[in-house]
Amino acid sequence: MLIRRPADIPSSEITSESDYINRRSFMGAAGALALAGLAAPSVLSAAGATGRAQDDKVTSEEDATSYNNFYEFGLGKDDPKRYAGSLKTVPWTVAVDGLVKAPKRWDLNQLLAGLTVEDRTYRHRCVEAWSMVIPWRGVRLRDVLARLEPMPSAKFVEFTTLLDPRQMPGQRSSSSLTWPYREGLRLDEAMHPLTLLATGMYGKPMPNQNGAPLRLVVPWKYGFKGIKSIVSIKFTDKMPSTSWNDSIPSEYGFYANVNPTVDHPRWTQAKERRIGEFLRRNTLMFNGYASEVASLYTGMDLRKFY
Amino acid sequence: MTDQLARRAVRSLVWLAVLGPIPWLAWLAFSGGLGANPIEYLQHRTGHYAIRLLAASLFITPLRVITGWGWLIGHRRTLGLAAFFWALTHLSVYVGLDLFFDFGQFLDDVVKRRYITVGMLAIALLTPLAVTSSKRWVKRLGGARWNKLHRLVYLAMIAATAHYLWAVKKDITTPVIYFVIVAALLGFRLYMRARRKSGRHVAGEVTA
Repeated sequence: MLIRRPADIPSSEITSESDYINRRSFMGAAGALALAGLAAPSVLSAAGATGRAQDDKVTSEEDATSYNNFYEFGLGKDDPKRYAGSLKTVPWTVAVDGLVKAPKRWDLNQLLAGLTVEDRTYRHRCVEAWSMVIPWRGVRLRDVLARLEPMPSAKFVEFTTLLDPRQMPGQRSSSSLTWPYREGLRLDEAMHPLTLLATGMYGKPMPNQNGAPLRLVVPWKYGFKGIKSIVSIKFTDKMPSTSWNDSIPSEYGFYANVNPTVDHPRWTQAKERRIGEFLRRNTLMFNGYASEVASLYTGMDLRKFY
Repeated sequence: MTDQLARRAVRSLVWLAVLGPIPWLAWLAFSGGLGANPIEYLQHRTGHYAIRLLAASLFITPLRVITGWGWLIGHRRTLGLAAFFWALTHLSVYVGLDLFFDFGQFLDDVVKRRYITVGMLAIALLTPLAVTSSKRWVKRLGGARWNKLHRLVYLAMIAATAHYLWAVKKDITTPVIYFVIVAALLGFRLYMRARRKSGRHVAGEVTA
């Protein structure tokens, strides 16, 4: 299935941002894309008929790699960049178990070998009402899941972050979340073509502070669904417990779809501050990906399943 | 001699705490040090300055009692007014920069979000105290009434701490520390009062 790219936004407008291109050697990027065998280097789905997506400029790489929520390295936005150097990402294994044909520990390279690597620029909306536009690099989660051969009874996928307080100083304190961090998706959400397992951004390998070496990117959901430094993928038939939902269920749901009409109890979700901009902008339903993903939630009360 | 030294040190510290953040924030703003989300940074910094200075102003009286340095009292007004200044700056950043004067949203927040409700309460409680902080007002009200009015500062501090506690996303360590400080300061005041009262009581018994 191809990703529909609405005609009102040529991909050239999205990918040719000067600060995006200038940040790297153009030839290097072109070479990498050629290697990956890509025709369409970038997909930023539009806001449908509203045409808002024209305003989506790629966030500066400096901002996207220095303003992070990654509590494993501290609660401050600048902590991950400061402390994530201690994370060792090579070698890296991902344990696959649960409702799967053959549970196995995969070496990361082996897990991703031969899969199509794509560059995709997505809006990224944090539940804290700020947002960015980030050029990710990665593979479709569905391609990885297909390789793992889940059983037909599998309904959900559960992901777990590395637990290692020696490498992740934030895990030495229990005042924020219970470790390890866990996230999950319904299987149909996981199989959606927009859902990525990212290994890089801005045409480079993933910085530690952004979730190296492997993180989830689900562009129509709040950022906390995008679990970082994944060491385990488990297929289940029950909705997995997820860290923020466990911690404060009244504020963070399992679905966590970006929804301007359902406020966080302590702030409005109707608007967001795009990093690098002064005025807040309107938040779009499903973060602007409604035409792609709204059908996943047909008939569901999104106020109840926030 | 040591008293002189202490006076000078405390005065320098107070003025550094009161005025230091202004050039510091200006420097950060010019050097790009406010980070990727400057408005959020200013929002948090100014709130921290306000609550720290307010707590510092509450420390003056116990410190005076313990050290016997009567001259400390002169700094209480400075710290309190500075706390009020930073609280107003905090509010201005929120309304003027974060919301960009979207007063509809502001009123909505004040009514709906309890951390904003109590934050506004803290500022509302501090306002009459700032207004009546001058010597002229002490005279006009009379010492006893002035003192009674200015006990509101404890309510303001509790409201400010609740504002902080409810605003925090998850880790409540720092706001809880403020609550402990407020409780300790209030406890000290109540203890002093009880001691004064029982002192009088004992004296009464002796004369009886």
